[in-house]
Amino acid sequence: MSTSINIKGIFKSYDSVKALNDISLDINQGELFGLIGADGAGKTTLFRLLATLLLPDAGSIDMEGYDVVNSYKKIRNLLGYMPGRFSLYQDLSVMENLNFFATVFNTKIEENIDLIEDIWKQIEPFKDRKAGKLSGGMKQKLALCCALIHKPKVLLLDEPTTGVDAVSRSEFWQILKKIQQYGITIVVATPYMDEATLCDRVALLDKGAILQVDTPQGVVSTYRKALYAITGANIYDMMLLLRKYEFTESVFAFGQELHYTDKRDEFDTNQLQHYLKEALQQDVLVRSINPNIEDCFMALSIQKNK
Amino acid sequence: MNRFIGFIKKEFFHILRDKRSMLILFGMPIVQLLLFGFMITTELRNVNIAILDHAKDNYSLEITNKITSSGYFNLTENLQSEKEIEEIFRAGKANAVIVFDRSLERDVVNGFPGKIQLITDASDPNVANLVVKYLEGIVQNYQITLNRTTLNTVGIKPEMRMVFNPALESVYMYVPGIMATILMLVSAMMTSISIAREKELGTMEILLVSPLRPVQIILGKVTPYLVLSVINAIVIISMGYFVFHVPVLGSLVFLMVESILFILLALSLGILISTVADSQQVAMMISMFALMLPTILLSGFIFPIRNMPLPLQVLSNIMPPKWYIVILKNIMLKGVGVAYVWKETLILIGMTLAFIGLSVRKFKIRLE
Repeated sequence: MSTSINIKGIFKSYDSVKALNDISLDINQGELFGLIGADGAGKTTLFRLLATLLLPDAGSIDMEGYDVVNSYKKIRNLLGYMPGRFSLYQDLSVMENLNFFATVFNTKIEENIDLIEDIWKQIEPFKDRKAGKLSGGMKQKLALCCALIHKPKVLLLDEPTTGVDAVSRSEFWQILKKIQQYGITIVVATPYMDEATLCDRVALLDKGAILQVDTPQGVVSTYRKALYAITGANIYDMMLLLRKYEFTESVFAFGQELHYTDKRDEFDTNQLQHYLKEALQQDVLVRSINPNIEDCFMALSIQKNK
Repeated sequence: MNRFIGFIKKEFFHILRDKRSMLILFGMPIVQLLLFGFMITTELRNVNIAILDHAKDNYSLEITNKITSSGYFNLTENLQSEKEIEEIFRAGKANAVIVFDRSLERDVVNGFPGKIQLITDASDPNVANLVVKYLEGIVQNYQITLNRTTLNTVGIKPEMRMVFNPALESVYMYVPGIMATILMLVSAMMTSISIAREKELGTMEILLVSPLRPVQIILGKVTPYLVLSVINAIVIISMGYFVFHVPVLGSLVFLMVESILFILLALSLGILISTVADSQQVAMMISMFALMLPTILLSGFIFPIRNMPLPLQVLSNIMPPKWYIVILKNIMLKGVGVAYVWKETLILIGMTLAFIGLSVRKFKIRLE
């Protein structure tokens, strides 16, 4: 598999804020690559650098063999870009938006209809509606259609599923899997860790630096500690208690449970369970679980900041 | 070329669907022209006057006739005594009273100056001033005819004649001024707002990433407004011609060519503003303060430039509308051709090129 995007030693700062700090990354052709990170991690900055919208302070990026700084015109022809904010013309209808972007890229809707057919079927019933009046999920599908209309070689999606409901999100990812079959390199930024498992490979980004680049399984398998999920009636009190507990290494709230690691290599879960029960006077269950991407992200982030 | 047409189509959709821009584009020129043409006028019309005629002789009668037939005054009342003067002013029935002295005819025949008193209600000093000037003029005129018939000419009276605008119609002033204002506003403000809107809504990001070249984006933005501004210019000229009878003595084609030149200048200014402004609000504020006010105040449209303090006179030279208004007046009212306005035209061309150059340099192909 050959390289589609080659990022080498990128630095970028705004005034005094370091947005990106020595980023190096290779993304393969036809890969569905995830950029995972919290808000402010530098995802959007990296996307804008890739999209030729910003210039790096140092380092270089090659995309499909072209340098993003010097050959930006070439790259703008083979790039599909969907910014984080909905950026279509709200006062134009769905059809007019699509037609406009088709003409901008010197193509016709019919030419690449096979690529966008699945999405188009979903938004076609609303084709005469103004884009500003679509629901959040529909807007994103339309934006994806517009970004794909010229059959780009590289597709950059900056947080396409932020603010979209769960059903639309999973539909969106199915669409991405399908687009991938056309050999298009897709780079997706997302703050949702659960979406990371749907990517071929992910890069974990934190405070402008890459923590790890691997397949989702690879990321999870590097997690060395034994991980426990603790459930009980009062999660919050339990977390406060565990933070003071002498053997606690880390404890995070994950929805309705706590994820806990212990300082000791071997320990008895019953003993911990008993301790919590006594202290909080409530039922507590401690069980061993497999780590997910978010656990790895947290662990790596702590490790780095130490 | 396809790209370009697609872009222009999109621009027209934006303009035609936005009620506000449609209103600014087509409502404002008409309303402004009617306002300035009909209401804001410095001419005198239908001023009520009263006459207290103690003389009741040929002279007083003839002067009264001249005044009432001038078209500027309505004779509302003939007074009998001085006491009634104050009363009639208080009641607001007259703005001026003319009092003829009892011995008017005798004085004139004997070679003494005849006495006529003009009393005006100066609670509105501007009107009072105008009334006095007009009445003086009429009496002076009468005096001249009098001297001619009696053959005993005394002294030389200056004779005034207003050329190019013989009736001193202020609308002749306003039509070129409004045309400059409207074209400036529509072209510069609307383009700068529409480009700033793309930035504000984030669509500029997509346009930049697309293969569209900056020139295509700018031309695509400018062309619709060029078309609409030309339509506006035609509307204003024909309204001036048909409603206010402002003549177009020179070549209409030449007038349109100069107008298109001015529109291009305003458009390039608009683009320049949009390269600085990141939001519609900022674009609008800059257009208002940097373009609208100077266009109205410093271009000689309302206040004559030669009456300004010297620094402002110098400043007025860099106001593009000033030169355009000079050109317009020359073509419309004097009917001259390019031989008389080539200097102003060259100045406009120079300014246009400078603004285009600056905006192309400042137009960003990236986000920073």
